Amino acid sequence: MSRLIASFTLAAGLLASASVSAVEISISCSALGKEYEICKQGVDAWAQKTGNTVKIVSTPNSATERLALYQQLLAAGAGDIDVFQIDVVWTGILADHLVDLTAKGQGEIGGHLPAMAETSRVNGKLMAMPWFADAGLLYYRQDLLDKYKRPVPQTWADLTETARIIQEGERKDDKGDFWGYVWQGRAYEGLTTVALEWIASYNGGTIVDEKGEITVENPKAAEALKTAAGWVGTITPEGVLNYTEEEARGVFQAGNAAFMRNWPYAWALAQGADSTIKGKVGIAPLPKGGADGRHAGTLGGQLLAVSKYSKNAEAATDLVMYLTGEAEQKRRAVEGSFNPTIVSLYSDTDIAKANPFIGDLADVFSNAVARPATVTGQNYNKVSTEFFNAIHQVLSKRSQPEQALNRLDRDLKRIKRNGWQ
Amino acid sequence: MSSAVASAPSPARETAQGGRSSLTRSRIRAAWIFIAPTLIVLALIAGWPLARTIWFSFTDASLNNLADYEFIGFENYVANYDGEWFGLLTDPDWWHSVWNTVWFTAVSVSIETVLGIIVALILNASFPGRGIMRAVILIPWAIPTVVSAKMWNWMLHDQFGVINDMLLRLGLIAAPITWTANPDTALWTVVMVDVWKTTPFMALLILAALQMLPGDIYEAAKVDGVHPVKVFFRVTLPLIKPALIVAVIFRALDALRVFDLIYVLTANSRDTASMSVYARQQLVDFQEVGLGSAASTLIFLIIALLIVITMAAGRVRLSGDPR
Repeated sequence: MSRLIASFTLAAGLLASASVSAVEISISCSALGKEYEICKQGVDAWAQKTGNTVKIVSTPNSATERLALYQQLLAAGAGDIDVFQIDVVWTGILADHLVDLTAKGQGEIGGHLPAMAETSRVNGKLMAMPWFADAGLLYYRQDLLDKYKRPVPQTWADLTETARIIQEGERKDDKGDFWGYVWQGRAYEGLTTVALEWIASYNGGTIVDEKGEITVENPKAAEALKTAAGWVGTITPEGVLNYTEEEARGVFQAGNAAFMRNWPYAWALAQGADSTIKGKVGIAPLPKGGADGRHAGTLGGQLLAVSKYSKNAEAATDLVMYLTGEAEQKRRAVEGSFNPTIVSLYSDTDIAKANPFIGDLADVFSNAVARPATVTGQNYNKVSTEFFNAIHQVLSKRSQPEQALNRLDRDLKRIKRNGWQ
Repeated sequence: MSSAVASAPSPARETAQGGRSSLTRSRIRAAWIFIAPTLIVLALIAGWPLARTIWFSFTDASLNNLADYEFIGFENYVANYDGEWFGLLTDPDWWHSVWNTVWFTAVSVSIETVLGIIVALILNASFPGRGIMRAVILIPWAIPTVVSAKMWNWMLHDQFGVINDMLLRLGLIAAPITWTANPDTALWTVVMVDVWKTTPFMALLILAALQMLPGDIYEAAKVDGVHPVKVFFRVTLPLIKPALIVAVIFRALDALRVFDLIYVLTANSRDTASMSVYARQQLVDFQEVGLGSAASTLIFLIIALLIVITMAAGRVRLSGDPR
């Protein structure tokens, strides 16, 4: 509430102080947790430097709702928001409405994580600038691994075994609702990211390859899904089929699970003062599919883009370049634990002091798997929906992996019909 | 009933006078003038969007660029490319969502009607604190659906939900039930939450009907020594039937459009998707204004058809009644 009042006062103040030559830029910032505060400090610094004013527009917390709002605004050609904070998988969907930043950003983009830079491009043009990175991680309970003398699992088979041992042991110790492994299994975008990690870790591809070929129906993908479906009801509660990030964190942070798959944001919360598992948690890359598999975390994160309908595109682009620049990314990493997208910052000593695990994350990010958003463009949401529904069918044991992948292949071909765009 | 009374005199007058007098004509003109604003407003807020939706259903419009679209005939409904069938009418997901919606409506409205009658009968009796009871029972109806759905979502959580905890402590179940995750229980869970929320609405409408009933019939029945159960089925039920049918149609209209409850409890899951969830996904998530409009048009037709059937069934039974 107080934040709301503060933002109103701020907005009113900004409006009053706007001079004739300076322009007003609107930016949509996420307001999840600390994000709003950090974003406000960043844009205020730019406003002070340039003499322009910046208005922050609050958007829905749910990513799906946020995308729907953006699409409605942009489809109507509304110039109300100049700078959009967008998800890495939205670039292709929104590209028609964004300003080409190639001329301004070409020099900078080389220093960013290649995977993040790739998500900012559409048909070779730079339509957005990377702001911060995210990737799927394995959270584990160090105290329980010590208690049962098990190492941090390197393959999914290791994880299955270790989770089973810990779960059986803990349940004997009067913890009847203890589970081995929790993750996000609800039929939503989150399941696409989770299932892509399984398939990629078995070298089963990324649903659709860079050339646009549908590759999801293959024996390695089927093997990955078989392993995952085997967890449900054994080391994973059946309820995971309706879990999002927060439900999974709820179980893990209450001390009722040995392992969890989640994004980096859960780290600060698990180590918070009111957490029952404070100081007992570790993070690692997600396990490999087998000895010849790979560690694969799905790439997440956010980009900044400029609306084509902006009346002050020049100033808006300048704001984007400032916010995604090295100094601001460093400040955000130190003060808000946002993972930078600029490679050189991963060896920065100030950031390492604030986030001791930042060095481990550098590997995770550089090996991260991107969802096939760029290549499928406008159709990404359909592809993702078909994919997570097929996976959900397998996990709830209503279809066999091979059969589900076969049907998925057919459905994706229907969507593709005469090409993705 | 009221329509029969109102329309009875007019044909009689017309045959007596053999045509329309100038008075009748001016009355009809006055009637049109008075109705016109309503008709214009209705045409603007209901007719225009409906016509536009139906028009869009025959185009390939996309939300990404609404200005640029082409007429494609019935391709959104059914089309054949290279021997493969495309379109709404060939999409098993669409038919599954139709089935979900109809099943949900039939089951939830039936349960709500029976429970609503029971609650209304209780509230109709005089007992101390009746006024407070009547207000309290409306609380579930007063909470916005999204809020109550979110609330139930946490209460039904398989790991730390209060419902599972209570059932476990009572020894009714051995392991927590995954209410919203298991496809077998998910739709029943949605029905349960809907019954919790909407029974007060039914009870209120039925209670209003009960309050209108004349007391002397009941006194006569009492004097004649008729069993209370028989009084309910032979006196109360036939008398509240018109109000009951209106209440059922209201609820059914609402239930056929169900969206928020299902969307919050189980998101876009295909096991529980209703017609509205399907249409929204096409329109917003996939930006397919054409296909989404086709789905919306079919929803409109399906609801209209079902309501006509319900009304016809209600009227037939009413007129079949010897009294």
